[in-house]
Amino acid sequence: MTALTDRMKDGLDAPICITWELTYSCNLSCVHCLSSSGRRDPKELTTEEAFHVIDELREMQVFYVNIGGGEPMIRRDFFDIVEYATTSGVGVKFSTNGTYIDAATAQRLASMDYLDIQISLDGADAATNDAIRGEGSYDTAMAAMRHLKDAGFGEFKISVVVTRHNISQLDEFKAIADEFGAQLRITRLRPSGRAVDTWHELHPTLDQQRDLHQWLLSHGENVLTGDSFFHLNALGDSLPGLNLCGAGRVVCLIDPIGDVYACPFVIHDEFLAGNVRDSGGFAGVWRTSDCFSELRGPQSAGACASCGSWDACQGGCMAAKFFTGLPLDGPDPECVGGDGEHALASAGTIPRPSGDHSKPVAVTLGRRTNA
Amino acid sequence: MLDTPLKLHPSVALRPEPFGALAYHYDNRRLIFLKHPSIVDVVKDLGDHPDLQSTLSAHGIAEHQWDAYDKAICSLIESDVVVQR
Amino acid sequence: MYHLPMDTTQPQITDERSEDVSDVEAVAEELELVEEISIDGMCGVY
Repeated sequence: MTALTDRMKDGLDAPICITWELTYSCNLSCVHCLSSSGRRDPKELTTEEAFHVIDELREMQVFYVNIGGGEPMIRRDFFDIVEYATTSGVGVKFSTNGTYIDAATAQRLASMDYLDIQISLDGADAATNDAIRGEGSYDTAMAAMRHLKDAGFGEFKISVVVTRHNISQLDEFKAIADEFGAQLRITRLRPSGRAVDTWHELHPTLDQQRDLHQWLLSHGENVLTGDSFFHLNALGDSLPGLNLCGAGRVVCLIDPIGDVYACPFVIHDEFLAGNVRDSGGFAGVWRTSDCFSELRGPQSAGACASCGSWDACQGGCMAAKFFTGLPLDGPDPECVGGDGEHALASAGTIPRPSGDHSKPVAVTLGRRTNA
Repeated sequence: MLDTPLKLHPSVALRPEPFGALAYHYDNRRLIFLKHPSIVDVVKDLGDHPDLQSTLSAHGIAEHQWDAYDKAICSLIESDVVVQR
Repeated sequence: MYHLPMDTTQPQITDERSEDVSDVEAVAEELELVEEISIDGMCGVY
Protein backbone atom coordinates (compact mmCIF):
# COMPACT_ATOMS: atom_id res chain seq x y z
CA MET A 1 0.00 0.00 0.00
CA THR A 2 1.27 3.45 -0.85
CA ALA A 3 1.65 6.27 1.62
CA LEU A 4 -1.00 8.02 -0.44
CA THR A 5 -3.57 5.33 0.26
CA ASP A 6 -2.73 5.64 3.96
CA ARG A 7 -3.50 9.34 3.74
CA MET A 8 -6.79 8.63 2.00
CA LYS A 9 -7.75 6.38 4.91
CA ASP A 10 -7.55 9.43 7.17
CA GLY A 11 -10.18 11.04 4.98
CA LEU A 12 -10.02 14.10 2.75
CA ASP A 13 -11.12 17.67 3.48
CA ALA A 14 -14.02 17.05 1.12
CA PRO A 15 -15.21 14.00 -0.82
CA ILE A 16 -13.75 13.38 -4.28
CA CYS A 17 -17.23 12.61 -5.48
CA ILE A 18 -20.54 11.78 -3.89
CA THR A 19 -23.55 9.75 -4.85
CA TRP A 20 -26.79 11.67 -4.72
CA GLU A 21 -30.05 9.80 -5.05
CA LEU A 22 -32.52 12.45 -6.20
CA THR A 23 -35.71 10.48 -5.67
CA TYR A 24 -36.96 7.14 -4.44
CA SER A 25 -39.49 7.20 -7.25
CA CYS A 26 -38.87 4.70 -10.03
CA ASN A 27 -40.83 3.22 -12.91
CA LEU A 28 -38.93 -0.06 -12.49
CA SER A 29 -38.52 -2.30 -9.48
CA CYS A 30 -35.21 -4.09 -10.01
CA VAL A 31 -34.73 -7.06 -7.72
CA HIS A 32 -31.30 -5.80 -6.57
CA CYS A 33 -32.16 -2.11 -6.08
CA LEU A 34 -29.77 -0.83 -3.42
CA SER A 35 -32.21 1.86 -2.27
CA SER A 36 -35.37 -0.28 -2.43
CA SER A 37 -36.83 2.40 -4.67
CA GLY A 38 -40.31 2.62 -6.12
CA ARG A 39 -42.37 5.35 -4.50
CA ARG A 40 -41.44 8.98 -3.94
CA ASP A 41 -40.86 10.02 -0.34
CA PRO A 42 -42.92 13.14 0.55
CA LYS A 43 -39.93 14.51 2.48
CA GLU A 44 -37.66 14.60 -0.59
CA LEU A 45 -35.52 17.72 -1.04
CA THR A 46 -37.18 20.61 -2.87
CA THR A 47 -35.56 22.25 -5.89
CA GLU A 48 -34.31 25.11 -3.69
CA GLU A 49 -32.84 22.68 -1.17
CA ALA A 50 -31.15 20.76 -3.98
CA PHE A 51 -29.63 24.01 -5.28
CA HIS A 52 -28.34 24.73 -1.77
CA VAL A 53 -26.66 21.31 -1.64
CA ILE A 54 -24.97 22.11 -4.95
CA ASP A 55 -23.80 25.47 -3.58
CA GLU A 56 -22.15 23.60 -0.73
CA LEU A 57 -20.56 21.04 -3.05
CA ARG A 58 -19.16 23.90 -5.14
CA GLU A 59 -17.70 25.60 -2.09
CA MET A 60 -16.13 22.34 -0.93
CA GLN A 61 -14.83 21.75 -4.47
CA VAL A 62 -16.40 18.33 -4.80
CA PHE A 63 -15.43 17.57 -8.38
CA TYR A 64 -18.49 15.67 -9.44
CA VAL A 65 -21.70 14.08 -8.27
CA ASN A 66 -23.15 10.76 -9.31
CA ILE A 67 -26.85 11.36 -9.55
CA GLY A 68 -29.10 8.36 -9.23
CA GLY A 69 -32.34 7.26 -7.61
CA GLY A 70 -34.79 5.73 -8.08
CA GLU A 71 -34.99 6.99 -11.61
CA PRO A 72 -33.64 10.56 -11.34
CA MET A 73 -35.17 11.73 -14.63
CA ILE A 74 -38.62 11.29 -13.12
CA ARG A 75 -38.11 14.48 -11.12
CA ARG A 76 -39.65 17.42 -12.97
CA ASP A 77 -36.75 19.62 -11.92
CA PHE A 78 -34.15 17.05 -13.09
CA PHE A 79 -32.71 19.30 -15.79
CA ASP A 80 -32.84 22.36 -13.52
CA ILE A 81 -30.75 20.52 -10.91
CA VAL A 82 -28.29 19.09 -13.44
CA GLU A 83 -27.82 22.44 -15.17
CA TYR A 84 -27.42 24.26 -11.86
CA ALA A 85 -24.64 21.81 -10.93
CA THR A 86 -22.75 21.80 -14.21
CA THR A 87 -22.86 25.59 -14.55
CA SER A 88 -21.57 25.82 -10.94
CA GLY A 89 -18.51 23.76 -11.82
CA VAL A 90 -19.80 20.58 -10.20
CA GLY A 91 -19.62 17.85 -12.83
CA VAL A 92 -22.56 15.46 -13.13
CA LYS A 93 -22.72 11.82 -13.99
CA PHE A 94 -26.17 10.37 -13.76
CA SER A 95 -27.43 6.82 -13.81
CA THR A 96 -30.67 6.08 -15.60
CA ASN A 97 -32.64 3.15 -16.91
CA GLY A 98 -33.13 5.14 -20.12
CA THR A 99 -36.93 5.34 -20.09
CA TYR A 100 -36.97 9.13 -20.42
CA ILE A 101 -34.26 9.49 -23.07
CA ASP A 102 -36.02 9.98 -26.39
CA ALA A 103 -34.45 11.57 -29.47
CA ALA A 104 -35.14 15.14 -28.34
CA THR A 105 -33.89 14.57 -24.79
CA ALA A 106 -30.75 12.91 -26.15
CA GLN A 107 -30.10 16.05 -28.24
CA ARG A 108 -30.50 18.23 -25.17
CA LEU A 109 -28.15 16.02 -23.14
CA ALA A 110 -25.56 16.00 -25.93
CA SER A 111 -25.45 19.80 -25.90
CA MET A 112 -24.49 20.00 -22.21
CA ASP A 113 -20.94 20.26 -20.83
CA TYR A 114 -19.51 18.46 -17.78
CA LEU A 115 -22.14 15.78 -18.12
CA ASP A 116 -21.71 12.03 -18.24
CA ILE A 117 -24.45 9.41 -18.48
CA GLN A 118 -24.60 5.86 -17.31
CA ILE A 119 -27.22 3.50 -18.69
CA SER A 120 -28.00 0.47 -16.54
CA LEU A 121 -27.99 -2.91 -18.25
CA ASP A 122 -27.85 -6.19 -16.36
CA GLY A 123 -28.01 -8.68 -19.19
CA ALA A 124 -26.54 -8.82 -22.69
CA ASP A 125 -29.88 -10.15 -23.90
CA ALA A 126 -33.47 -9.28 -22.98
CA ALA A 127 -34.17 -12.47 -21.04
CA THR A 128 -31.16 -12.12 -18.71
CA ASN A 129 -31.63 -8.37 -18.22
CA ASP A 130 -35.39 -8.37 -17.77
CA ALA A 131 -35.23 -11.10 -15.11
CA ILE A 132 -33.43 -8.53 -12.92
CA ARG A 133 -34.77 -5.19 -14.15
CA GLY A 134 -38.25 -6.06 -15.35
CA GLU A 135 -40.13 -6.78 -18.56
CA GLY A 136 -39.19 -4.51 -21.45
CA SER A 137 -36.28 -2.82 -19.65
CA TYR A 138 -33.69 -4.25 -22.06
CA ASP A 139 -35.41 -2.75 -25.10
CA THR A 140 -35.81 0.56 -23.25
CA ALA A 141 -32.11 0.73 -22.40
CA MET A 142 -31.06 -0.17 -25.96
CA ALA A 143 -33.38 2.49 -27.41
CA ALA A 144 -31.90 5.13 -25.08
CA MET A 145 -28.39 4.16 -26.11
CA ARG A 146 -29.30 4.45 -29.78
CA HIS A 147 -30.71 7.93 -29.17
CA LEU A 148 -27.53 8.99 -27.37
CA LYS A 149 -25.39 7.63 -30.18
CA ASP A 150 -27.52 9.28 -32.87
CA ALA A 151 -27.41 12.58 -30.99
CA GLY A 152 -23.60 12.43 -30.94
CA PHE A 153 -23.42 12.43 -27.15
CA GLY A 154 -20.02 10.74 -27.27
CA GLU A 155 -18.71 8.19 -24.84
CA PHE A 156 -21.40 7.43 -22.29
CA LYS A 157 -21.21 4.49 -19.89
CA ILE A 158 -23.00 1.18 -19.79
CA SER A 159 -23.28 0.02 -16.20
CA VAL A 160 -23.52 -3.67 -15.44
CA VAL A 161 -24.03 -5.26 -12.04
CA VAL A 162 -22.32 -8.64 -12.15
CA THR A 163 -24.52 -11.57 -11.18
CA ARG A 164 -24.29 -15.33 -11.36
CA HIS A 165 -26.42 -15.19 -14.50
CA ASN A 166 -24.73 -12.46 -16.56
CA ILE A 167 -21.09 -13.05 -15.64
CA SER A 168 -20.66 -15.33 -18.66
CA GLN A 169 -21.72 -12.41 -20.89
CA LEU A 170 -18.84 -10.04 -20.15
CA ASP A 171 -17.49 -10.21 -23.70
CA GLU A 172 -20.97 -9.58 -25.07
CA PHE A 173 -21.40 -6.53 -22.83
CA LYS A 174 -18.06 -5.24 -24.10
CA ALA A 175 -19.22 -5.76 -27.68
CA ILE A 176 -22.44 -3.81 -26.99
CA ALA A 177 -20.40 -0.97 -25.48
CA ASP A 178 -18.07 -0.93 -28.48
CA GLU A 179 -21.02 -0.89 -30.86
CA PHE A 180 -22.37 2.28 -29.22
CA GLY A 181 -18.98 3.93 -28.73
CA ALA A 182 -19.63 3.62 -25.00
CA GLN A 183 -17.45 2.58 -22.10
CA LEU A 184 -18.26 -0.50 -20.07
CA ARG A 185 -18.53 -0.20 -16.29
CA ILE A 186 -18.83 -3.36 -14.20
CA THR A 187 -20.01 -3.19 -10.60
CA ARG A 188 -20.12 -5.61 -7.75
CA LEU A 189 -23.55 -6.75 -6.53
CA ARG A 190 -24.09 -5.87 -2.88
CA PRO A 191 -26.67 -7.42 -0.55
CA SER A 192 -28.16 -3.95 0.01
CA GLY A 193 -31.70 -2.66 -0.40
CA ARG A 194 -33.96 -5.22 -2.08
CA ALA A 195 -30.88 -7.38 -2.73
CA VAL A 196 -30.85 -8.23 0.97
CA ASP A 197 -33.37 -10.87 -0.13
CA THR A 198 -31.95 -11.78 -3.55
CA TRP A 199 -28.15 -11.58 -3.08
CA HIS A 200 -27.78 -15.17 -1.95
CA GLU A 201 -29.19 -16.41 -5.27
CA LEU A 202 -27.60 -13.77 -7.49
CA HIS A 203 -24.03 -13.22 -6.33
CA PRO A 204 -21.30 -14.89 -8.41
CA THR A 205 -19.79 -18.18 -7.28
CA LEU A 206 -16.17 -18.46 -6.21
CA ASP A 207 -15.14 -19.94 -9.57
CA GLN A 208 -16.96 -17.14 -11.37
CA GLN A 209 -15.12 -14.57 -9.25
CA ARG A 210 -11.78 -16.05 -10.30
CA ASP A 211 -12.77 -15.80 -13.97
CA LEU A 212 -13.94 -12.24 -13.40
CA HIS A 213 -10.60 -11.26 -11.85
CA GLN A 214 -8.76 -12.58 -14.90
CA TRP A 215 -11.17 -10.87 -17.26
CA LEU A 216 -10.80 -7.53 -15.49
CA LEU A 217 -7.01 -7.82 -15.43
CA SER A 218 -6.93 -8.50 -19.15
CA HIS A 219 -9.04 -5.41 -19.89
CA GLY A 220 -7.16 -3.04 -17.57
CA GLU A 221 -8.42 0.53 -17.40
CA ASN A 222 -10.56 0.15 -20.52
CA VAL A 223 -13.29 -1.32 -18.36
CA LEU A 224 -14.31 0.73 -15.31
CA THR A 225 -15.10 -0.97 -12.03
CA GLY A 226 -15.78 1.97 -9.73
CA ASP A 227 -13.15 0.38 -7.50
CA SER A 228 -15.80 -2.11 -6.40
CA PHE A 229 -13.86 -5.37 -6.79
CA PHE A 230 -10.84 -4.76 -4.58
CA HIS A 231 -11.70 -7.89 -2.59
CA LEU A 232 -10.54 -9.84 -5.68
CA ASN A 233 -7.00 -8.51 -5.21
CA ALA A 234 -6.43 -11.34 -2.75
CA LEU A 235 -6.24 -13.57 -5.86
CA GLY A 236 -2.91 -12.00 -6.82
CA ASP A 237 -2.50 -9.08 -9.18
CA SER A 238 -4.17 -5.84 -8.13
CA LEU A 239 -6.88 -4.23 -10.22
CA PRO A 240 -6.53 -0.56 -11.15
CA GLY A 241 -8.05 1.92 -8.68
CA LEU A 242 -7.80 3.13 -5.12
CA ASN A 243 -8.26 -0.36 -3.71
CA LEU A 244 -9.69 0.69 -0.42
CA CYS A 245 -13.11 1.21 1.07
CA GLY A 246 -13.80 4.90 0.54
CA ALA A 247 -16.94 5.02 2.71
CA GLY A 248 -16.97 8.26 4.69
CA ARG A 249 -13.33 8.86 3.74
CA VAL A 250 -13.42 9.85 0.08
CA VAL A 251 -17.07 9.24 -0.86
CA CYS A 252 -20.53 9.25 0.71
CA LEU A 253 -24.22 9.19 -0.18
CA ILE A 254 -26.92 11.85 0.04
CA ASP A 255 -30.33 10.19 -0.16
CA PRO A 256 -33.51 11.81 -1.54
CA ILE A 257 -34.58 13.20 1.85
CA GLY A 258 -31.11 14.64 2.50
CA ASP A 259 -29.85 11.91 4.82
CA VAL A 260 -26.09 11.42 4.51
CA TYR A 261 -24.79 7.85 4.66
CA ALA A 262 -21.22 6.54 4.51
CA CYS A 263 -21.77 4.99 1.09
CA PRO A 264 -24.61 4.16 -1.32
CA PHE A 265 -24.65 0.54 -0.17
CA VAL A 266 -25.23 1.13 3.54
CA ILE A 267 -28.61 2.81 3.77
CA HIS A 268 -29.09 1.87 7.41
CA ASP A 269 -29.23 3.86 10.66
CA GLU A 270 -25.87 2.43 11.72
CA PHE A 271 -24.18 4.37 8.94
CA LEU A 272 -26.32 7.51 9.01
CA ALA A 273 -24.02 10.50 9.57
CA GLY A 274 -26.55 13.34 9.48
CA ASN A 275 -28.79 15.30 7.14
CA VAL A 276 -28.06 18.15 4.73
CA ARG A 277 -30.93 20.03 6.41
CA ASP A 278 -28.97 20.04 9.73
CA SER A 279 -27.66 23.45 10.81
CA GLY A 280 -24.12 22.75 9.57
CA GLY A 281 -25.36 21.54 6.20
CA PHE A 282 -23.60 18.84 4.22
CA ALA A 283 -20.16 20.27 5.02
CA GLY A 284 -20.89 19.98 8.73
CA VAL A 285 -21.87 16.35 8.37
CA TRP A 286 -18.76 15.52 6.31
CA ARG A 287 -16.39 17.25 8.70
CA THR A 288 -17.81 16.57 12.14
CA SER A 289 -20.07 13.52 12.18
CA ASP A 290 -19.13 10.84 14.69
CA CYS A 291 -19.93 8.13 12.16
CA PHE A 292 -17.42 9.43 9.59
CA SER A 293 -14.77 10.17 12.23
CA GLU A 294 -14.93 6.58 13.30
CA LEU A 295 -14.63 5.28 9.74
CA ARG A 296 -11.51 7.42 9.32
CA GLY A 297 -9.87 5.97 12.42
CA PRO A 298 -7.67 2.87 12.44
CA GLN A 299 -9.57 -0.29 11.53
CA SER A 300 -9.01 -3.74 12.87
CA ALA A 301 -8.22 -6.73 10.66
CA GLY A 302 -9.93 -8.85 13.30
CA ALA A 303 -10.40 -12.43 12.20
CA CYS A 304 -8.46 -11.64 8.99
CA ALA A 305 -5.32 -10.52 10.86
CA SER A 306 -3.56 -13.84 10.36
CA CYS A 307 -4.41 -14.02 6.62
CA GLY A 308 -1.57 -13.19 4.26
CA SER A 309 -3.93 -11.48 1.83
CA TRP A 310 -5.25 -8.78 4.16
CA ASP A 311 -2.99 -6.08 2.76
CA ALA A 312 -4.35 -6.87 -0.72
CA CYS A 313 -8.08 -7.08 0.02
CA GLN A 314 -8.41 -5.00 3.22
CA GLY A 315 -11.10 -7.37 4.41
CA GLY A 316 -13.37 -6.42 1.50
CA CYS A 317 -16.62 -4.47 1.51
CA MET A 318 -18.22 -3.15 4.70
CA ALA A 319 -21.73 -3.17 3.18
CA ALA A 320 -21.38 -6.76 1.94
CA LYS A 321 -20.49 -7.88 5.46
CA PHE A 322 -23.10 -5.79 7.23
CA PHE A 323 -26.07 -6.92 5.14
CA THR A 324 -25.12 -10.58 5.33
CA GLY A 325 -24.94 -10.48 9.13
CA LEU A 326 -21.15 -10.78 9.28
CA PRO A 327 -18.89 -8.84 11.68
CA LEU A 328 -17.11 -5.87 10.08
CA ASP A 329 -13.71 -7.06 11.31
CA GLY A 330 -13.86 -10.37 9.51
CA PRO A 331 -13.91 -11.78 6.00
CA ASP A 332 -16.07 -10.46 3.18
CA PRO A 333 -18.93 -12.89 2.37
CA GLU A 334 -17.32 -13.31 -1.06
CA CYS A 335 -13.80 -13.74 0.33
CA VAL A 336 -11.85 -15.42 -2.47
CA GLY A 337 -9.96 -17.45 0.11
CA GLY A 338 -13.27 -19.19 0.89
CA ASP A 339 -13.45 -17.80 4.43
CA GLY A 340 -16.64 -15.89 3.68
CA GLU A 341 -18.61 -19.04 2.94
CA HIS A 342 -17.64 -20.48 6.29
CA ALA A 343 -18.52 -17.25 8.05
CA LEU A 344 -21.92 -17.10 6.33
CA ALA A 345 -22.79 -20.51 7.71
CA SER A 346 -22.78 -19.02 11.21
CA ALA A 347 -23.82 -15.45 10.35
CA GLY A 348 -25.86 -13.41 12.81
CA THR A 349 -29.23 -11.77 12.22
CA ILE A 350 -29.36 -9.97 8.89
CA PRO A 351 -30.14 -6.25 9.39
CA ARG A 352 -32.98 -4.80 7.31
CA PRO A 353 -32.31 -1.68 5.24
CA SER A 354 -33.68 1.53 6.79
CA GLY A 355 -36.45 2.29 4.34
CA ASP A 356 -38.49 0.25 1.94
CA HIS A 357 -39.86 2.44 -0.84
CA SER A 358 -40.98 -0.47 -2.97
CA LYS A 359 -44.26 -0.12 -4.74
CA PRO A 360 -47.04 -2.26 -3.31
CA VAL A 361 -47.22 -5.53 -5.16
CA ALA A 362 -49.70 -5.12 -7.99
CA VAL A 363 -52.78 -7.23 -7.50
CA THR A 364 -53.32 -9.30 -10.58
CA LEU A 365 -57.01 -9.86 -11.17
CA GLY A 366 -57.90 -13.30 -12.27
CA ARG A 367 -59.35 -13.36 -15.78
CA ARG A 368 -62.90 -14.39 -15.98
CA THR A 369 -63.33 -17.28 -18.27
CA ASN A 370 -66.50 -18.32 -19.93
CA ALA A 371 -66.31 -22.00 -19.59
CA MET B 1 10.45 20.66 -20.59
CA LEU B 2 12.57 23.06 -18.52
CA ASP B 3 12.65 25.79 -21.17
CA THR B 4 9.05 25.38 -22.37
CA PRO B 5 6.37 27.99 -21.64
CA LEU B 6 3.60 26.13 -19.79
CA LYS B 7 0.31 26.73 -18.04
CA LEU B 8 -2.38 24.87 -16.13
CA HIS B 9 -5.18 23.64 -18.43
CA PRO B 10 -8.19 25.96 -18.02
CA SER B 11 -10.50 22.98 -17.29
CA VAL B 12 -8.42 21.82 -14.33
CA ALA B 13 -9.45 22.57 -10.75
CA LEU B 14 -6.94 22.42 -7.90
CA ARG B 15 -8.29 21.61 -4.46
CA PRO B 16 -6.03 22.11 -1.43
CA GLU B 17 -5.55 19.04 0.78
CA PRO B 18 -3.33 18.45 3.82
CA PHE B 19 -0.76 16.62 1.66
CA GLY B 20 -0.76 19.13 -1.22
CA ALA B 21 -3.69 19.24 -3.61
CA LEU B 22 -6.00 17.25 -5.81
CA ALA B 23 -6.12 18.23 -9.48
CA TYR B 24 -9.26 17.28 -11.37
CA HIS B 25 -9.59 17.63 -15.12
CA TYR B 26 -13.22 18.29 -16.03
CA ASP B 27 -12.77 17.32 -19.68
CA ASN B 28 -10.98 13.98 -19.41
CA ARG B 29 -12.08 13.24 -15.79
CA ARG B 30 -8.61 12.41 -14.58
CA LEU B 31 -7.76 12.87 -10.93
CA ILE B 32 -4.17 13.60 -9.98
CA PHE B 33 -2.68 13.80 -6.52
CA LEU B 34 -0.11 16.57 -6.16
CA LYS B 35 1.68 15.06 -3.23
CA HIS B 36 3.61 18.03 -1.87
CA PRO B 37 2.74 21.71 -1.36
CA SER B 38 5.79 22.79 -3.40
CA ILE B 39 4.60 21.08 -6.61
CA VAL B 40 1.19 22.71 -6.11
CA ASP B 41 2.78 26.17 -5.94
CA VAL B 42 4.86 25.47 -9.05
CA VAL B 43 1.89 24.18 -11.06
CA LYS B 44 -0.27 27.18 -10.08
CA ASP B 45 2.39 29.67 -11.15
CA LEU B 46 3.54 28.10 -14.44
CA GLY B 47 1.57 30.58 -16.51
CA ASP B 48 3.13 33.58 -14.77
CA HIS B 49 6.72 32.72 -15.67
CA PRO B 50 8.52 32.41 -19.01
CA ASP B 51 9.15 28.67 -18.61
CA LEU B 52 9.39 25.82 -16.11
CA GLN B 53 12.93 26.53 -14.91
CA SER B 54 12.19 30.15 -14.14
CA THR B 55 9.12 29.01 -12.20
CA LEU B 56 11.30 26.59 -10.22
CA SER B 57 13.88 29.32 -9.56
CA ALA B 58 11.20 31.73 -8.43
CA HIS B 59 10.02 29.16 -5.90
CA GLY B 60 13.51 28.52 -4.59
CA ILE B 61 13.68 24.91 -5.77
CA ALA B 62 17.33 23.80 -5.74
CA GLU B 63 18.76 22.88 -9.15
CA HIS B 64 19.49 19.28 -8.23
CA GLN B 65 15.75 18.88 -7.62
CA TRP B 66 14.76 20.07 -11.07
CA ASP B 67 14.81 16.59 -12.61
CA ALA B 68 12.16 15.40 -10.19
CA TYR B 69 9.98 18.42 -10.99
CA ASP B 70 10.60 18.03 -14.72
CA LYS B 71 9.45 14.41 -14.48
CA ALA B 72 6.35 15.39 -12.50
CA ILE B 73 5.44 18.13 -15.00
CA CYS B 74 5.95 15.71 -17.91
CA SER B 75 3.43 13.30 -16.42
CA LEU B 76 1.02 16.21 -15.91
CA ILE B 77 1.44 17.13 -19.58
CA GLU B 78 0.65 13.53 -20.47
CA SER B 79 -2.60 13.83 -18.50
CA ASP B 80 -3.30 17.18 -20.19
CA VAL B 81 -3.40 18.86 -16.76
CA VAL B 82 -0.49 21.09 -17.80
CA VAL B 83 -0.31 22.35 -21.39
CA GLN B 84 2.14 24.35 -23.51
CA ARG B 85 1.27 27.93 -24.21
CA MET C 1 -24.23 4.12 15.04
CA TYR C 2 -22.23 1.03 14.28
CA HIS C 3 -19.09 0.85 16.40
CA LEU C 4 -16.12 -0.35 14.45
CA PRO C 5 -13.64 -2.38 16.41
CA MET C 6 -10.40 -0.54 17.10
CA ASP C 7 -7.15 -2.41 17.00
CA THR C 8 -4.55 -0.84 19.20
CA THR C 9 -1.96 -3.48 18.35
CA GLN C 10 -1.73 -2.25 14.77
CA PRO C 11 0.74 0.54 14.10
CA GLN C 12 -1.14 3.83 13.87
CA ILE C 13 -1.19 5.65 10.58
CA THR C 14 1.61 8.18 10.69
CA ASP C 15 0.33 11.70 10.59
CA GLU C 16 2.37 13.44 7.94
CA ARG C 17 0.07 16.40 7.71
CA SER C 18 2.45 18.64 9.62
CA GLU C 19 5.18 18.06 7.04
CA ASP C 20 7.18 21.22 6.56
CA VAL C 21 7.19 22.88 3.16
CA SER C 22 10.93 23.47 3.56
CA ASP C 23 11.37 19.69 3.49
CA VAL C 24 11.20 19.80 -0.30
CA GLU C 25 14.54 18.12 -0.93
CA ALA C 26 13.88 14.97 1.03
CA VAL C 27 10.44 14.61 -0.51
CA ALA C 28 11.48 15.03 -4.12
CA GLU C 29 14.22 12.46 -3.72
CA GLU C 30 12.08 9.84 -2.07
CA LEU C 31 8.65 10.21 -3.62
CA GLU C 32 7.03 10.91 -6.89
CA LEU C 33 5.54 14.37 -6.68
CA VAL C 34 2.41 13.42 -8.58
CA GLU C 35 0.26 10.32 -8.85
CA GLU C 36 -2.76 9.66 -11.01
CA ILE C 37 -5.63 7.51 -9.77
CA SER C 38 -8.52 6.44 -11.92
CA ILE C 39 -11.79 7.51 -10.29
CA ASP C 40 -14.06 7.56 -13.33
CA GLY C 41 -16.77 5.12 -12.41
CA MET C 42 -16.39 5.56 -8.66
CA CYS C 43 -19.61 5.63 -6.61
CA GLY C 44 -21.82 5.69 -9.68
CA VAL C 45 -24.02 2.95 -8.23
CA TYR C 46 -26.07 0.59 -10.43
